[in-house]
Amino acid sequence: MVAIALSSFFGAETEDDFDLSGTWKLSLLSELPIGTTGVVESLDLPGEIQHQLMHMGFVPEARITVVRRAPAGDPTVYSIDGFEVALRRDTAQAIQVREYQTK
Amino acid sequence: MSSCCNTETVDLPIEPRVPGRIRTVALVGPPNSGKSTLFNRLTGLRQKVANYPGVTVEQRVGKLSGIDRSDLTLIDLPGIYGLDTYSEDARVAVDVLRGEMPGTPVPDAILLVLDSLHLRRQLMLAAPVLALGLPTLILLNMSDLMEARGGHIDTLALAKELGVPVAKISATRGTGLDSINHFLNRKAEPDTPAAANTIELPVLGNARSYRQWATGISTRTKYKAPVSNQTTKRIDHVLLHRVWGPLIFLAVVFAVFQVVFSIGQPLSDAFSDVLNTLGDRVAPLLGHGWLESLAIDGVWRGVASVLVFLPQILLLFLFIGVLEDSGYLARAALIADRVMRSIGLNGKAFIPLLSAYACAVPAIMATRTIENKRDRFATILVTPFMTCSARLPIYMLMIAAFIPNKPLLGDLLGMRAAVMMSLYVLGFLAALGTARLLKSSILKASSAPFILELPQYRLPTVRSLGLRLMDRGKVFMRQAGTVILAVTLVLWILSHVPFHATLDTSFIGRLGHFIEPAIRPLGFNWKIGIGLLTSVAAREVIVGTLGTLYGADPATQSLGLQAALRHDLTLGGAMALVIFFAFALQCTSTLAIVRRETNSWKWPALQFVYMGCLAYVASLATNQIILHFIR
Repeated sequence: MVAIALSSFFGAETEDDFDLSGTWKLSLLSELPIGTTGVVESLDLPGEIQHQLMHMGFVPEARITVVRRAPAGDPTVYSIDGFEVALRRDTAQAIQVREYQTK
Repeated sequence: MSSCCNTETVDLPIEPRVPGRIRTVALVGPPNSGKSTLFNRLTGLRQKVANYPGVTVEQRVGKLSGIDRSDLTLIDLPGIYGLDTYSEDARVAVDVLRGEMPGTPVPDAILLVLDSLHLRRQLMLAAPVLALGLPTLILLNMSDLMEARGGHIDTLALAKELGVPVAKISATRGTGLDSINHFLNRKAEPDTPAAANTIELPVLGNARSYRQWATGISTRTKYKAPVSNQTTKRIDHVLLHRVWGPLIFLAVVFAVFQVVFSIGQPLSDAFSDVLNTLGDRVAPLLGHGWLESLAIDGVWRGVASVLVFLPQILLLFLFIGVLEDSGYLARAALIADRVMRSIGLNGKAFIPLLSAYACAVPAIMATRTIENKRDRFATILVTPFMTCSARLPIYMLMIAAFIPNKPLLGDLLGMRAAVMMSLYVLGFLAALGTARLLKSSILKASSAPFILELPQYRLPTVRSLGLRLMDRGKVFMRQAGTVILAVTLVLWILSHVPFHATLDTSFIGRLGHFIEPAIRPLGFNWKIGIGLLTSVAAREVIVGTLGTLYGADPATQSLGLQAALRHDLTLGGAMALVIFFAFALQCTSTLAIVRRETNSWKWPALQFVYMGCLAYVASLATNQIILHFIR
């Protein structure tokens, strides 16, 4: 519940038209279907990579949308803060996100 | 030597920093935010720019002559996301900013370039940069695009929040640059209170607090992000489509080769006619003695035989330029990641490999963006297998001389283009195979992650493409005017001493005959052997060498170079020769850059021997197979 309160606080500041008031469940970023948006909960990657991703914007409470998969099905292109970045499945598996249920 | 990357060097002032006095200014910013475009604007230099993150991998220095401040030095740095380092290129930037780069003083002022289309994230970098406490001017680049797409930012409010001046600019169009002059003039006055210590910065080193800080600031300064560009999404929908994506990728490659032949060849033939006519016109003025023989049969024939490939090389560079400037290169890396992973490399390694189609030297430097050291070394070692433009002259020459111009798939693909493409594929496969070998033996490592930012598509500008072609044309002409000229001159002399010797009994003839037994099984004659020796300097030198040697031989003097080769070589020998060039590492510039990047002679030596052995064995096999099975 603290998480919800926090996210609505940042939600007001960050982006638009995304409803954070509904219920959510924790998923891995790699499991989100194309077109859905999640909110980063935590990252669990080796030090340097974690650092780099966080400086690129992959920090808790950031919103991330699954844009498309590469022709071979992997890597996947994600959109975060209005720019696109591609990650392999094994990297995306280490990122936990909150997936909101649409009402 | 063949340098693909000569820039003017400027000496950096090395005395210690004096507060309030500005001599060096550094360009800092996230990758692909337009620092190098701005650098070129401000200095009038032409450093390479393209549309993907990681184009600049080392510091570049120039005088600020573009805004009439030639007394100041501008340093362009590789893009960084933060001041913690991960890759070799980012380390360069951080070392310079922290004053830990030998020979480079801490800059006296910073121009922080941020892409205003993605300001919320880009502002995260402002925190650690402002914490350095240096005089800083924040430049919101691409502000014209941001405003055109309905974005907004209150720059005054932002300047107040950050405690440093902020200006909107467009590096591509050159607008807003007077702000830099104002900033530099103001900061040059002593007693300007250092900014940055009056404002509140987030906890250093913590990305999460940077982001909260950046988000807070963008809200308070009424930053409205521009509507995201739907064009890029729509284009990617097709170019990254499950079926169309890879097909389009192949079609693009296909088209490049076909165009290099169908448009490049006639241009090259016409250019060749012009050069020959020129030679014929000048010849009578030199009389009929040794001078004419030296100038026309020796030097002119040698140099012209290489020069005629200028149109094809420019066409190839035009294609590579379009791919790099549009932003497609990053997509190609994404499509190729799966293949690259199967050989144990990262999809990111694909970008240097693709740019090696132009030249291996900048491509090897571009490997600095690969974070994992073993992956980076493996990529460096296989990069010279990629078919660089210096191989184009000998490929074009042998193919035009020995492969009939027959259509293979109607008008879509001719036999010559098909052979050419197979040579490119062969080089690529050799690179992949070798990488696999390296990654499963001496350079074994766990797989590195793949993090690739996809830039938005941009229409390449005529100006930027034109500049690239001009630069490339100059490099090629300079090479022809120096290395090739010198080699042909020496060859002509050696093929005429001792006096009254025939070509076969001349010094060069005797040397050629001496090494001939070693290369006879490959289907090469002694003239080719001399060409193999001279082309160790640079690959295109072989064409000039053959031009000179066949020009000095009375039997082939009156024939064109193609006809002379047909007269002298079998199909097997000709194909073995191109295969030899596909594999061998005949390029001193590449050896030098590998030595520099790996900091040891061990790697270039290994590479040279390995590629040489592979070349010998493969050409031997080619010649023997054609000799016994095809003929």
